[in-house]
Parts: sequence; C-alpha cells; structure tokens
Amino acid sequence: MIRVNSLSKKFNNLLAVDQVSFEVKQGEILGFLGPNGAGKTTTMKMLTCFIPPSSGTAEICGYSILDDPLQVRNQIGYLPESAPSYEEMLVGEFLEFVAEIRGYSGMELKRRVSIVIEKTSLSEVENQMIDTLSKGFRQRTCLAQALLHDPPVLILDEPTDGLDPNQKHEVRSLIKDMSEERTILISTHILEEVDAVCTSAMIIANGRVVGYGTPDELLSQSLYRNSVTVSLKNEDPRKLLDDFNQLDFVYSVEHVQDDREDLVTMRLYPKNKESISRKLEEYLFNKNVQLEQFTVERGRLDEVFRQLTTED
Amino acid sequence: MNGFFPILKRELLAYFRSPVAYVFIIIFLVANAGCTFLLGNFYDSQQASLEIFFLFHPWLYLFLVPAVGMRLWAEERRSGTAELLLTFPVRLTSTVFAKFSAGWLFIGISLMLTFPMIWTVHFLGSPDSGPIITGYLGSFLMAGSYLAIASLTSSMTKNQVISFILSVVICLVLVLSGWGVLSETLNTVFPVWFSDLVGQFSFTTHFDAIRRGVVDIRDLIYFISIIVIVLMLNVVVLESHKAS
Repeated sequence: MIRVNSLSKKFNNLLAVDQVSFEVKQGEILGFLGPNGAGKTTTMKMLTCFIPPSSGTAEICGYSILDDPLQVRNQIGYLPESAPSYEEMLVGEFLEFVAEIRGYSGMELKRRVSIVIEKTSLSEVENQMIDTLSKGFRQRTCLAQALLHDPPVLILDEPTDGLDPNQKHEVRSLIKDMSEERTILISTHILEEVDAVCTSAMIIANGRVVGYGTPDELLSQSLYRNSVTVSLKNEDPRKLLDDFNQLDFVYSVEHVQDDREDLVTMRLYPKNKESISRKLEEYLFNKNVQLEQFTVERGRLDEVFRQLTTED
Repeated sequence: MNGFFPILKRELLAYFRSPVAYVFIIIFLVANAGCTFLLGNFYDSQQASLEIFFLFHPWLYLFLVPAVGMRLWAEERRSGTAELLLTFPVRLTSTVFAKFSAGWLFIGISLMLTFPMIWTVHFLGSPDSGPIITGYLGSFLMAGSYLAIASLTSSMTKNQVISFILSVVICLVLVLSGWGVLSETLNTVFPVWFSDLVGQFSFTTHFDAIRRGVVDIRDLIYFISIIVIVLMLNVVVLESHKAS
C-alpha cells in the first residue's frame, strides 16, 4: 500500500507539491488528475525515490522513502512519463537487462520475461530494436519492464498516453486485471480513464489536493448531476419552458439547441441534484407527449475538473 | 554490488551498437600509428622500445577519452532513461562505477588492439618487456583518470558537446601542469617547490615514470585515487541534480 504524509517539493522558489497526503490500499486504483504542471509527475518521482521531498514523507508497503529507498524501489513497478527505454536494444534484451538488475537469472529470468511479454502482447516485436518501434509498442515495452518483478505497487505516469483507442482499451483492461492483489497509482489527464479504471480519484492543482473521492462522488459535484434531457415532438418551446418551470422538483430549465426542426430539446436541472427521472417520467406520461429522447446524466467529470482546478 | 554487472554489460553493448565505437577504435589506432611513426620518428630513435608510442598517449587521450565518456550520463538524462536507471533498486555508487567501468573496458579493448606495436618492436630487436607491460598498465590507468573526469562532466549536463569541451579543458589543465615548459615559466616567478607541487597533480608527471618502466606505488595510487575521488564527486553531482 501507499501512504503519503504531507509531502512537499520546492524547486527554487516554486512550490511544485504542497502538503499532499493520501492513501491507496491494496486492490485500489487511484487516479491522479490535474492540469499539466500540477505536480502529478513530481509526486510520483518522490514516491519512486527519484527525487527527495523537501518535507513530509511517504511509505510504500511499510518502507519509508527517506530511510529505505532501495526496499521501496523493490516494491514498485514504475512507468515514467515518457516511457523511456534504451533505444539501441532489442525489446527482449531490454527486458532481460531489467530482470538481471532486479536480481533474476537463468530459468527464472527467462520465465519472467516471457510472462510479461505475453501480458503486454509484445511477442511480435520481441526481436526488434526499440528504436524502430511505434509509440504504442514503446509504451508497452516500458510497462512490461515495470511488471517483471511482480511488484505489489505500481506507479504509472500516463500509461495510455499516445496510444490509439484499441491500445488504450487493452492497457486499461490489463491494469484492471492486475489490480486485485496490487496497489496502483496512475496519473492521467484523460478524464474518461478515471471512470473506466479507477476506484478513486484525486484532483490536484498547483501542487495542492483540490478534490478526492470515488469517481461517482466527484461526479456528484457536477452541475449536470442527475439533470435530464428530454426531446419532445411537435411542442411549443415557450409553453414547454413555462410548464417545466412550474414543476416543484425542477430547479431550472434550459432550452438546448435542437438538431431537428420538429423536436424541442430541454434540459431540466433538479433541485439539490436529486434524482428526478421517476417523477418526470410520470409527469410526461400524464401530459401525453410524444417523447423522442430521455437522458439522465451522472454528471460531467470535465466540468468538475475545470471547476476545481480553475478556482482562485 | 547488485546491478553492477548488468549495467556494465548494457553500457558496453551500447558502445558497440553505435558507430561511435568503431570510429573511435579506428581513429585511436591510426592516431597512435601516426604519432609514433611520423611525429615521434620511431625508426630514427633506433630503439626497440615503446617509449615513443606511450609518449603521445596523454595527448591522444585528451581528445579521445572525453569522446568516449561524454555520453555516459548526458545521454541518459537527455533520453529520460536516467529516471528508469535511477529508480532501479541499485545504489547510485554502483551505477556510477558500473557505467565508468564499461567505458574503461572499452578503452582497454582499444588499447589491446595496438598489439601490432609489440610485434613491431619484437621484430626490430629484443625489447625489454618490463617497460612494455608497465607502459600499458600506466596508459590504462591514465585513461581511467581521463574517463572519470569525462564521466563527471557528462553528469553535469544534458548536452554531450558541452560535456566533451568541459572535460577536454579540465584534462588539458592536468596534462599541462606537468609540462616542462610550464614549470620553467613558473620557476621564474614562484619558488621551485611551487612548480613541483603543481607538477604533482599532473597526469604527465606520474605517467612518465611508469612509461619508462619505473613503477612507483605512489604513481599508481595517484591514478587510482583520481578515479575514485572524481567518481565520488560524480555521485554527489547526480544526487544534487535530483534534489534541485
């Protein structure tokens, strides 16, 4: 597990990470969100003992990053931001090199290398120079390197950066599959990823934690939480607006751009962001209208993200 | 020492995977032959010894060794692999010495490829093999000192060219401080002990004795301590980079 205790990092006069504290337990995948330069990568670099913190500390599986950096590194599989690897090596050679550094040899080394090659579907490029690989394969080569020693903790800095949608899907399901017996911290600025893979998410801006919770908890902060969008056929927009505004469970109504001439589309925001789909359904049924579309929103992560990261 | 040999192996492989290795070896061999036979007038000396061959090594190394060492850390930092290498469970000291050893071994291999020189002197006469062996040993140790300095300057920058120039300048100072012309100039201004002291820090002073077949333990200690001290500085530089 990862336990971070008011970790800070100062670069000259710039406070890159400011008193960040959080905890990730086994089986959890924490998504680290934030605009570029928010301090995500710096935090990860401190956790992997690449750079020392200015103050505060963290524990990885009980080992302190200050007192026991070598043990900490043994517990961690790390994918750095740009997925670096030695370009003049073959994929297989590179993985064998990392396995040797991790202390494996002989049959055990071969076994581990072949397991990660299979896991990350690298077998077709095993004997290819890393230099000649596409971005997706490079990303996976570096990911494979992080999995060699079957680490209890994975720290992945933008693991799906630069991948195409299919590859993104593959890597996400790989991460999900591994999560059960592991503690995973991933950083990303792709918001859909948080919803797709993470059990909890943390938003940081200017080095400070500004939001923390499960994806659903974060979504509940959205203005669009539980709003309902309805498209009705052959209705007078003005009258409809008035009717909807009279409903006691509706906080406000918005006329949304219609994409067809005979349709009127309205978005209804509920009072206190409560679920109103049931009541609205009943109301529309009694009103006897021609309903074309009825969509309930969970909330919009991008809007929560903007709200939290652009304050002050 | 965990991690030392894998890193050494990878680093050595990296040399031979790039054309730099072959260019280096060819230039090193051609320059050695050129210096010995053309500049040094090897045949005119009428001696079956490698004294002239070794005479030029401080000058050859001045440009060639920084070229071998300049990529050691600069390249890791430029390509981002430093972040990978330095987050493996390996002590930084081991990593620094492993990378240095790979470069040193590479220079050692190039030095061994000058073996036709040994044939030549054996063909021309019956040379004393003592000075030949100590000459090679001294030359190898001196190359290690140059390389340690190149490794240090390489850790200070992401740019290989800057690293190269810095190490050439530092090595030049260490070569020149033992140069006869300089010590004579110093003697006109300062007392003799001063130029002696300056000379004590020079590669040339310590290499000259070994080259002539005189193995003084102090000369060996000089080169070895230069290597160790400079590499420890290298570790400190890398640590402080991480901190800022």
